[in-house]
Amino acid sequence: MQYLVSVIHDSASLATPEEMAAIDAFNDRLVAEGHWVFAGGLAAPSSATVIDNRGEEPMFTDGPFLESKEYLAGFWVMDAPDLDVALSLAAEGSKHCNRKVEVRPFL
Amino acid sequence: MSVVGVQEAVTRAHHEEWARLVASLTSRFGDLDIAEEAAAEAFAVAVERWPADGVPPNPGAWLTITANRKAIDRIRRENKRDDKQKEAQLLYDDDPPGPRGAIDDERLRLIFTCCHPALAMETRVALTLRMVAGLTVPEIARAFLVQETAVGRRITRAKAKIKAARIPYRVPSAGDLRKRVSGVLAVLFLVFNEGYLATGPGTDPVRHDLTAEAIRLTRLIRALAPGDGEVAGLLALMLLTEARRTARVSASGELVNLAEQDRGTWDAALIAEGHRLVRERLAAGEPPGRYQILAAISAVHTSARDVRATDWSQIVALYDQLVHLDPSPIIALNRAIAVAELDGPEVALAAVDRLEPRLAGYHAYHAARADLLRRLGRGQQSRAAYDKAIELAGNTAETAYLTHRRDQLA
Repeated sequence: MQYLVSVIHDSASLATPEEMAAIDAFNDRLVAEGHWVFAGGLAAPSSATVIDNRGEEPMFTDGPFLESKEYLAGFWVMDAPDLDVALSLAAEGSKHCNRKVEVRPFL
Repeated sequence: MSVVGVQEAVTRAHHEEWARLVASLTSRFGDLDIAEEAAAEAFAVAVERWPADGVPPNPGAWLTITANRKAIDRIRRENKRDDKQKEAQLLYDDDPPGPRGAIDDERLRLIFTCCHPALAMETRVALTLRMVAGLTVPEIARAFLVQETAVGRRITRAKAKIKAARIPYRVPSAGDLRKRVSGVLAVLFLVFNEGYLATGPGTDPVRHDLTAEAIRLTRLIRALAPGDGEVAGLLALMLLTEARRTARVSASGELVNLAEQDRGTWDAALIAEGHRLVRERLAAGEPPGRYQILAAISAVHTSARDVRATDWSQIVALYDQLVHLDPSPIIALNRAIAVAELDGPEVALAAVDRLEPRLAGYHAYHAARADLLRRLGRGQQSRAAYDKAIELAGNTAETAYLTHRRDQLA
């Protein structure tokens, strides 16, 4: 079963070198324990472009699709047998990256 | 068998078998929704058939077999749409339920799933009452003064989340157990309190079904975690509270306060068991948690021959300990009420008045003020406080008591 662990942050500041090192160590552990699927950090929401190609011409809009005080700063995709395992991994993830996280199952 | 006899048999089977049935179905089919529906259908069939066919010799086994068939029928219906192959894997299993120990384990798994920390507190309470205690959605809605549709939605959403996010159906591992048990205790305490001081006009002032179920489930948790002080504390607190249940409401449906209760009608066996648990915790010599302190306070009350013989200084000391752990204004209010017995109503009133900003919307705050003002001979102010308390109180017996007290004022 796979879970998306979204990292939620409330400022444009990037991870500090200490936070980066902690995240790397955590990622190594995810790989070693077989939970790793994928992960990544994202650039600031201001760098986003929204595309809508449901009409005749694709529409491009500068900026994120949702203006909010908190936004997605990065994510993990983790493999876990159930929510208890996913929650405990996510709790450690939150500690290591020093941000809030949200856990959501894939269908 | 008479119609009444059959009805009683169905009610008893519901009380004794519901949780086991839902638990074993969940375990077999891995789906809480199927389990709940099949269990409910099995009882509906019992209601229909038992009056004509007679109550089966082993109602539990009969219900299990019927519910299993209902679940398989539903899965077959659903599988016809997507996967005919799966059908072959489903076999009717008409074996009677297993031995008692296994049953309790199943029920524990069900409790921990319903009280999972990934669910909101109100959801945990509603789900536990539905799946474990077997209350219907309308009953839960009535108990918590919310719309039936809201309770129904809450439970449906919870079942969907449990399935989609794969909330596991198991007793947590030893490492997580302590934390998870404390979450379960919070749910059981809420259920017990709702039973003990039921809200809503037209509701019985004390819902014995809720208090009894909360006690039953707490005993189950205690068997799982016998060394956990807070489990013992909560069980003791519930027992010492339940022991006073019949003395607490008068024949005319009015709340009787602690000072005026006929202590001879308290349940001596429950008190003895509660006291034993409190002594056990004192002997353990560990710093007590919230439930253990509340239980100790209850033990002091239930040790006294009458209200004058109560060791109020010990009660205030215990409240001091509790305030330290739990800075809630409600604890502070109860401490002030005890202080009135030790240092007089004037000192207590000053302490109560300080809580106004946080408790102005809470009926017990106004009831406490009304009583203290009455004792200080400030009739007019007391009357106003009773009025406010009556306006805010939700329990029928409590409203009757407060009205009576107000009307006694000169």
